[in-house]
Amino acid sequence: MIRPLLRGAAHRVLAALAVLLGAAGLAFAALQLIPGDPVAIILGPATQASAQVQAAIRAEYGLDRPVLGQFLHYLGRLATGDLGRSYQLQRQVVDLIGDQLGPTAELALAALVLAVAISVGSAIATAGRRRGLKAVASGWELLAVSSPPFWVGILLLTVFSFTLRWFPVSGAEDFSALVLPALTLALPVAGVLSQVLREGLEAALAEPFAVTARARGLSRTAVRARHALRHAAVPLVTLTGWLTGSLLGGAVLVETVFGRPGIGALTLQAVTNKDMPLVIGLVLLSALVFVVISTLVDLLYLVVDPRLRTR
Amino acid sequence: MSLLVVDGLDVAFPGVHAVRDVSFTLDAGECLAIVGESGSGKSVTARTLVGLAGDTATVRARALTFDGRDLTGVREAGWRRVRGREIGLVLQDALVSLDPLRTVGAEVGEALRVHGVVDRADRPARVRELLDGVGVPEPDRRARQYPHQLSGGLRQRALIASALAAAPRLLIADEPTTALDVTVQAQVLKLLRRLKDEGTALLLISHDLSVVAGIADRVAVMYGGVVVEHGPVREVLDDPRHPYTQALIAAVPGTRPRGVRLSITPVDGAAPGPDGCPYATRCARADDDCRAALPAHPTSGPRCRHPGPAEPAPVEPDRIAPASVVGDALVEVTGIAKRFRAPDRTWYDAVKDVSFTLARGETLGLVGESGSGKTTAARIALGFAEPDEGEVRLFGEPWSGLRERARRARRTRIQTVPQDPLGSFDPRYPVERVIGEAVARTGRRGADRRARVADLLDRVGLSRTVLTRRPRELSGGQRQRVSIARALATDPDVLVCDEPVSALDVSIQAQILDLLLDLRRDTGAAVLFISHDLGVVRHVSDRVAVMKDGAIVETGPVDDVFDHPRHDYTRELLSALPARAGAAT
Amino acid sequence: MRRTPRAAVVLCGLIVVVLALAAVAPGLFTSVSPIEADPVNALRPPGGGHWLGTDELGRDVFSRVVHGARSSLSVGLGAILVAVTAGALLGIAAALGGGVADTVLMRLADVLLSLPELMIALLVIAVLGPGTGNTMIAIAVSLVPGYARMVRAEALVVRRSGYVEAAVGLGLPRPVLIARHVLPNALGPLLVLATVGFGTAIIAVSGLSFLGLGARPPAPEWGTMLSSGRKFLAVAWWTAVFPGAAITLAVVSVNVVGRRLQAAFTKRTSA
Repeated sequence: MIRPLLRGAAHRVLAALAVLLGAAGLAFAALQLIPGDPVAIILGPATQASAQVQAAIRAEYGLDRPVLGQFLHYLGRLATGDLGRSYQLQRQVVDLIGDQLGPTAELALAALVLAVAISVGSAIATAGRRRGLKAVASGWELLAVSSPPFWVGILLLTVFSFTLRWFPVSGAEDFSALVLPALTLALPVAGVLSQVLREGLEAALAEPFAVTARARGLSRTAVRARHALRHAAVPLVTLTGWLTGSLLGGAVLVETVFGRPGIGALTLQAVTNKDMPLVIGLVLLSALVFVVISTLVDLLYLVVDPRLRTR
Repeated sequence: MSLLVVDGLDVAFPGVHAVRDVSFTLDAGECLAIVGESGSGKSVTARTLVGLAGDTATVRARALTFDGRDLTGVREAGWRRVRGREIGLVLQDALVSLDPLRTVGAEVGEALRVHGVVDRADRPARVRELLDGVGVPEPDRRARQYPHQLSGGLRQRALIASALAAAPRLLIADEPTTALDVTVQAQVLKLLRRLKDEGTALLLISHDLSVVAGIADRVAVMYGGVVVEHGPVREVLDDPRHPYTQALIAAVPGTRPRGVRLSITPVDGAAPGPDGCPYATRCARADDDCRAALPAHPTSGPRCRHPGPAEPAPVEPDRIAPASVVGDALVEVTGIAKRFRAPDRTWYDAVKDVSFTLARGETLGLVGESGSGKTTAARIALGFAEPDEGEVRLFGEPWSGLRERARRARRTRIQTVPQDPLGSFDPRYPVERVIGEAVARTGRRGADRRARVADLLDRVGLSRTVLTRRPRELSGGQRQRVSIARALATDPDVLVCDEPVSALDVSIQAQILDLLLDLRRDTGAAVLFISHDLGVVRHVSDRVAVMKDGAIVETGPVDDVFDHPRHDYTRELLSALPARAGAAT
Repeated sequence: MRRTPRAAVVLCGLIVVVLALAAVAPGLFTSVSPIEADPVNALRPPGGGHWLGTDELGRDVFSRVVHGARSSLSVGLGAILVAVTAGALLGIAAALGGGVADTVLMRLADVLLSLPELMIALLVIAVLGPGTGNTMIAIAVSLVPGYARMVRAEALVVRRSGYVEAAVGLGLPRPVLIARHVLPNALGPLLVLATVGFGTAIIAVSGLSFLGLGARPPAPEWGTMLSSGRKFLAVAWWTAVFPGAAITLAVVSVNVVGRRLQAAFTKRTSA
């Protein structure tokens, strides 16, 4: 059991590094694709930087070298954790991201926990049950995946903040300010998860091993909990990427709606201002998050599904 | 009173009356086999006995008792005390019947836990004993493994052990050997026989008469939800009185002279009423009384208004010896070898040093268990896979090692009937296009092509109404007929049939085998016939080659090999065949 | 796959038709200008002459929702068409080309798939700048890797399928084989998926507009309307709620119709 796990782990870490390298290359290519003087692009449209500063940038980014040289230089800087500097905000990109990471991580985690709780509850309660109950379940799932998150956020604000005044309208100061944003971010995710889990549960309950388990005297509920739920979780592994993306991408919109600080708000600011060093830093960050999470989930699945170990 | 009494059992699903007025009894140390084809209601009967017929089922019975206790009004909680503890259930194919995400030990121990048979601390030791008891070697190691890490035979034993864990007095085995190779099947049957001798009551559900013959004391034959014949096993198998039992026994290949027609000519009888005999549509003896109502359930014997002995089937000698003399070699396979990479990254030889020839007009049977390399050999002969070593020649010219372009001109002269016909049809194509595409290769266009397609349908016994239907809307037998029609469309000289009947019910298998033999006689095509089923191979082949672990271990004229096997493995295979079912040769 | 009631499918189909009409000929539904300001009647609640109310400039919300269909739907449709075409071409090229082309394309897809779709779209906008056309390209680019990956996988499955082997066995030339069996079967699932993808694209379009990166005011666009209506949420909920409802209605309908197609497709082709 240990050796294939180690081999699997080594394989996945290598694949993860390849993806990170690819993302770096992509970001570099994006910089090259923008027409005009790279120095002007790095400085942003609203710059009044002196010729001296411009020369410094040229040297820092190695812009006087051929393209391949520039790329290697750029990779070298990335390897040391240097993401460059946002000239518009007059700060290091690493620091900017570091400052904003906390609120977004908090939001994403809260949303993830909520989404998992909602979907597991909904799936267990409705899988293989009466038609009416299932219709209700697929109804809310459809609505959840079809509603734009920013609109859901606005509806929640209208009802709970402006009308009922239960939660604050914006900010990220305390727990009560986290409830509505987390719910907004969680709903579309929960809709998809619940659908996948329910279909997985129903498929597992129809398998001969579920019949065999019941023929041993297990109750329906025990078959769900002890046998079927693990099987239902297996297809989720393919959703890891989508899930990470939904939480990160959704954060951009949700943070805007609720006026929360965070990576999303930072991203929007960077894109709107064409602050390329910051944009690239954020792209690399999402690639890193994705790679770390999916590697962890892959390894977790080697534990969940013994059949994967021999493949 | 018997251990299990079933009297007048009726099970209905919305729109389907799956089980009709079924009665039988079973005692400790006795084995009753329920035999039938798919849709006969045998599995539903089995599951009903443990209350697992399903949420949509309506179950009624005059009496249903186990050990004197009434089971008719039992609720879910009551069933849970019966299941596993009183009545054990074993399903076919342990790969899917054991939870693939849990260890074998956890699965076997589950019934112990649920019924509190032994203390938690003693559970591992008991699991060990149980696995040891069903003949699983190294029980400690196996208990820690997962189902997919065990061979098919060990898996099935482990499944039986899990059903026996809480020491039920009745074991229901639903097709316990269907997915297994003959040699493994023999071992599992031996285990079941031992359990019976030790006093367990055994209810065996099977489609396979030969499996039943070797183990059952009594047999009940089901058709359309009705037990049509019931009695001591030798009586029913040696002297069947119900026309369906007779047809079923006659359909088993390999037990009677070659050339005998296996399938009965179907009668287009009027559909029976809801209370009539379900077999009336296919029965030559049926009359209006049969269609109106079933006769009363006899204690033993046929449930038929017109029982009688079977009529002997005529031997048709021209179906055995090829019409033309066996001619020149069409396919010459010389010393081919093929290696594959296993999932664990080791290489294994799928085929090693295999040679055979197929001559004009003859049928060569290629027989072996799963993994013996017969399908790989066939794919290489067809030019769908390249051998690593060796050579294939077709019609005297090189065939292997060529570019596809160079093979194309001869493609239409070598055709195949695959095991899975559905997968071989473009899912978007209706039958007309499936066959039409093949006919087009002969250069026919327009009305000419349509006429040829219609002609091919006639030859394989399909009605024109299937033309517009997609293959997945057809039954298994119809699909195989479409596949045969397509293979014949280009008038091939060589036909490669890869397990063409293995997925079919016995009576459908009989029809397809009869069709293939008729077509062989009419077209004179040489046939390479691949099967794991010794009876089928014996019935259709002129010569046979026995494969094991990628190599041919014995080859010769079919009767020589079957009656006087020279290789140990051939002997093992033949001795593993369960006792012969049906009338003596 | 679950069955949606027939009536619901028909209703959703009708909604899709109505929305398409609104996009093509908004004049059929309203004669009020969506752009012309009327400050006197600003922020009127629903009822009377403006049955969905008016916005902060006194423009009729209903008229703006109807006229907004064109922008939101056409950009979404354009994005999905571009994505499907590019995804199909790249996926087929990778599957049939094999070798280096396959490796390069799929590694590139791996990289893009590691980024959230919205992040890719934002990166593209950062490079190209905001605007309706660029929004369309950005969304298309974000969808392409997933589609290409799926088409490639599908094409590989089809190429190894029994029916392609059967066609080889009949001696069909490779181009015929590809055109007749591989392409239709590999692309079928993509077209079905694209209907559901259309819904995703509509949300993405309005999302980018909501962030102020898509259609520019005063042009009526659902996301833009939401964005400006948000500021008056405390006093005039209708300015933000109705455009959002239009998005949800459109996406629900497209999804229901898409899933129905998917179910029909699976039923027709799968074993």
